[in-house]
Amino acid sequence: MQLTNRSKQVSNKEMTLAEKMYLPAILQGLGITISHFFKKKPTIQYPEVKRYLGPIFRGHHVLKRDEQGRERCTACGLCAVACPAEAISMVAAERVKGEEGLYREEKYAAVYEINMLRCIFCGLCEEACPKQAVYLRHDRIVPVFTERDNIVYGKDKLVEKMDDRYVRNNPSVQATPTEPSLSRSVG
Amino acid sequence: MEDIKPQLFKVTVDGIEVEVEPGTTILQAARKIGPDVAPPAMCYYQPLKGSGGKCRACLVRVAAGSAKDPRPMPKLVASCITPVQDGMVVENESSPQVLEARKGVVEFLLINHPLDCPVCDQAGECDLQNFAFDHGAAQTRYEEDRRTFEKQDLGPYVQLHMTRCILCYRCVYTADQITNKRVHGVLGRGDAAEIGTYIEQAIDNDFSGNVIDVCPVGALTDKTYRFKNRVWFTKPVDAHRDCPTCSGKVTLWYRGEEVIRVTARKNEWNEVTEFICNTCRFETKKTSDWTIDGPTQVARGSVITANKYRADLEKPSFGQRLAAAQYKPIDDKRDTSQLSIQQLPPERFAKAE
Repeated sequence: MQLTNRSKQVSNKEMTLAEKMYLPAILQGLGITISHFFKKKPTIQYPEVKRYLGPIFRGHHVLKRDEQGRERCTACGLCAVACPAEAISMVAAERVKGEEGLYREEKYAAVYEINMLRCIFCGLCEEACPKQAVYLRHDRIVPVFTERDNIVYGKDKLVEKMDDRYVRNNPSVQATPTEPSLSRSVG
Repeated sequence: MEDIKPQLFKVTVDGIEVEVEPGTTILQAARKIGPDVAPPAMCYYQPLKGSGGKCRACLVRVAAGSAKDPRPMPKLVASCITPVQDGMVVENESSPQVLEARKGVVEFLLINHPLDCPVCDQAGECDLQNFAFDHGAAQTRYEEDRRTFEKQDLGPYVQLHMTRCILCYRCVYTADQITNKRVHGVLGRGDAAEIGTYIEQAIDNDFSGNVIDVCPVGALTDKTYRFKNRVWFTKPVDAHRDCPTCSGKVTLWYRGEEVIRVTARKNEWNEVTEFICNTCRFETKKTSDWTIDGPTQVARGSVITANKYRADLEKPSFGQRLAAAQYKPIDDKRDTSQLSIQQLPPERFAKAE
């Protein structure tokens, strides 16, 4: 009776003289060790060097601006309702005359907060967003907290800076019906 | 004079038989059976006399006209204005022709309706949103510019977004029948038709706020609630108060401890049961003004129930329906004989000493 078919028969026969001396085996082991001196090191010196985590890594949130620098977020609340950890909260406000260059739609998020202790980086907010406003950066992680009062990230930390724009191309994601003119590739 | 009781008509909707009084419309007969077979209605509104027959959302196929003349009706009929006949057989969603026609109706309604649901305050309780989700296509084929209007002020309480209007005339009938002086109506004809107050007169009637409740889309919205919150983050509670002008029975919409909106109570067809006055709707927004009757019954699967965790929570059904529509069977044929636990022979078990 066997549970799996991976078990091996153990042989118990007498060792030969060369095997009894152990020297060839030791030399073989040393050879493997020495060969590693000449191979590429797989270790990365982490804080100084960072590994590329792939195009779909979910890291630091970013609230995108469009090509003209207007905030895309319209405070529709779909990210907050999609969030399984209830990390997102927002307060909407109406755009007044003269702010057309700041906000894309007539409604915008006056306050947009993500509680980074609650966030589980599942990316459902990004998936839910109908305006392609919220993204999880693939190239930046949320740093470790040192103070308890900087855990809740507000718009100052989330909104994309114009000199530090976030680009990710993912052609497999289709345009949404609400924004037919945009392809999902951010640029 | 003994046989006054009118004879009841037998109607079959989607294979379910129901007995209704003569003069009932097909829509009412279907609603009597239940929400599963009731056709959607965008313009028909039971409390308003004369409404219906405009949007064509409720088209059904009549497979047999009556028991006496069982020929099918030649075209799809608007169920909200077609009275039933004895022995009528109606096909609602069981007929592919009806579903095809509704797809077209959605497309026509959305030709000039902006897709700004993320901005619109009505999102989540919008009839057009539900209708389009149930019967519409996922992609738009429309490439031309949509018709646009300037934003209009209808007094201090009501905001009119003419771009979102689908010209269902519900608000016009409300103004006609609920208030004593009609101050707004439809101006222009055909493509240029729009709701207006004529020289932008302010609506100042006591019951004018009801146009917000009857509007199936976000064309008429509450200015005091404008962009305050999304419907699915608020919690509806039934309440009443002694009001000299109206019944005072309302639904309060809470965000935390704060009442952010007051609306009339609505039944399961999203129709106002009792119209309320502007004082109740706009000016009494403190919990101390009201006597709380208890939580509002919200339909299972409605987005209003989202994110309110309870033991018997049922997730909104749209996600499940979308998943069911996009379901693809995966190939799961592999050797699983080794995965099951196999019974060991009895000699492998240690014997008690």
